Amino acid sequence: MANPILEIDDLCVNIDVPSGVLRAVQNISFTVAKGETLCIVGESGCGKSITALSLMNLLPKSAKRSANKLTLDGQDLRDLSEREMSDLRGNRMAMIFQEPMTSLNPAYTIGNQLEEAMLRHRNVSTAEARDRALFLLEKVGITAARSRLGQYPHQLSGGLRQRVMIAMSMMCEPALILADEPTTALDVTIQAQILHLLAELRAEFDSSLILITHDLGVVARVADRVAVMYAGQFVETGTTEQVFNAPSHPYTQGLLRCIPIPGKTKRGAHLGAIPGIVPNLVGNIEGCHFASRCHYAHDACHSGDIALQSSFEKSHEYRCLLTPKVCAANLKKGVAA
Amino acid sequence: MSDPVIEASDVTRTFMVSAGFMRGAKPLQAVNGISLNVQRGEVLGIVGESGCGKTTLAKMMLGLLEPTSGTLRLDGKLVGAADRIEVARILQPIFQDPYSSLNPRKSIGDIIMLPLKVQGDPDPSTWRKRAEDIMDLVGLPKRVYNNFPNQLSGGQRQRVAIARALINRPKIVICDEPTSALDVSVQSQILNLLQDLRSEFGLTYVVISHNLAVVEHIATRVAVMYLGRIVEQSDTDKLFKSPRHPYTQALLSSVLTPEPGLGVPDTHLGAAYPNPIDPPSGCTFHPRCAQVMERCSIEAPPCIAMNGGLVECHLYAADKTNERSGKPKVTKRKSSGRRKR
Repeated sequence: MANPILEIDDLCVNIDVPSGVLRAVQNISFTVAKGETLCIVGESGCGKSITALSLMNLLPKSAKRSANKLTLDGQDLRDLSEREMSDLRGNRMAMIFQEPMTSLNPAYTIGNQLEEAMLRHRNVSTAEARDRALFLLEKVGITAARSRLGQYPHQLSGGLRQRVMIAMSMMCEPALILADEPTTALDVTIQAQILHLLAELRAEFDSSLILITHDLGVVARVADRVAVMYAGQFVETGTTEQVFNAPSHPYTQGLLRCIPIPGKTKRGAHLGAIPGIVPNLVGNIEGCHFASRCHYAHDACHSGDIALQSSFEKSHEYRCLLTPKVCAANLKKGVAA
Repeated sequence: MSDPVIEASDVTRTFMVSAGFMRGAKPLQAVNGISLNVQRGEVLGIVGESGCGKTTLAKMMLGLLEPTSGTLRLDGKLVGAADRIEVARILQPIFQDPYSSLNPRKSIGDIIMLPLKVQGDPDPSTWRKRAEDIMDLVGLPKRVYNNFPNQLSGGQRQRVAIARALINRPKIVICDEPTSALDVSVQSQILNLLQDLRSEFGLTYVVISHNLAVVEHIATRVAVMYLGRIVEQSDTDKLFKSPRHPYTQALLSSVLTPEPGLGVPDTHLGAAYPNPIDPPSGCTFHPRCAQVMERCSIEAPPCIAMNGGLVECHLYAADKTNERSGKPKVTKRKSSGRRKR
């Protein structure tokens, strides 16, 4: 892999809760190449957001992060002081949060908040920072940008606020952008626009993007590579084509069967469902985390540690004992359908 | 054939919204002249962006808000005049967020039985049995009967909301974004359940959602709302195969299906949803429309019947249909003095 911007090996996040230790993120390893878009997809509570927050070192106090390797463009992030970390945030790595409603400060103008990162990290005058803010606001498609600079967040609609958030993340041309459910709170039409914009800007500034979402439709359209997360682990990783065209983990297969697709699924027919609920992550789970909800599960699935294994194709990995069989069965079904 | 259970004719709802300190209030027309029939046994999907008036319309159907003008009939009776309890007997809601729509201090059993209590069901001794039966039907284990909402997962809570809606056998259920607060794997369970219950009880659904894939899957007819008006309504098949209104076309193109390699569509809609306090003149969609014509900004488009559906757009206006069919079915939209300020 040429030029990995972010390299992570064996990342764990443990959170102290009254009933024990909640293992929110368990042994996650991945790299993000320059200019690449990685999507982390999973249901609520699977640890997607905690993964992102742990990269930015914004975890709550009760959470502890450990990793064998955690580097951004070659710089080790593990033992940085808070001050060194805040030199990176908004500068080399930036985050776009889910709710533009709550992640902008209501007491400061848009202009103020946009300029802040630039003034903090670059040796520039206020006028220069303002020019850059203006340039980016126009770039993200906000009309009358100059007057917007003086406005407060409550004066903007949800879509505009998210555009401001994106502009803000681009102020210092970061090497890595983390977007945590950037379009979940928005209408479908606005969602398409924001994703379009994000892809465009990412390409223009050659940043890498980690997009966290629960929406498989979004993933399929924007990702280069996909990591499917379940109960704190990556259960399947691969290129977008590999994961969507040959899903190899029963969880990924189940998720894809759950979504109605206009024109493809029969109207009114039963959708696939994943029975059961997500296991409690406090303490250790023996065996496969998905075993309790998996209808392929057998005895071997309930014990030991199940490692990620490679599929027939390079860069496609999954965490399941019996996938070659399941895969074959599914391919057959696919041919029949 | 036509057997409408809900008949809305030219319903409007205006809210007075403060325009700013010392500037008095301005009217906001959340619902602006909607005529809509819901037939018995059908599933009507209502789609549109946030702020287009979907929920206001639903609240009026539920009798929670009164229409400013126009009439709304429920099973032949005027909603405003009918007894609230009578409305509740025919019509029940399922709301979006199962975290805030259940009383946290009531047990699941109490929550599910409440409609029976409110509607004065004559036979209290059967309530518990009926609650347990309906819990069984929606897939809730009996052991949660004495639990409280905070002990249940999101999907289970939505099942409680469904059980509560169905316990007294209503004819119509209004689902306002029934699955948008839920994960995909739970969403599919709830959609399956709604389908099963519909055939079991012969229910009529009004499903309000911004998720077009969900609406396509569950609805038999779809109405598309934009800025307080229904701009297109048609059978689901026809609407998704050949959308007429440019807004419907844009909405459909913005649906992201999980098919890799297609990229993100460009909807050409522009950034701004117009301010509903000060809607654009003529066709309210014209500033965002890709096929805008001169007359669009001047006069409101008529409601045109075509291909078994209705569409409000100048593209299909009389002079075009005239030539083809000879007999245009154009109902002139009531011009409202309010719009010409």
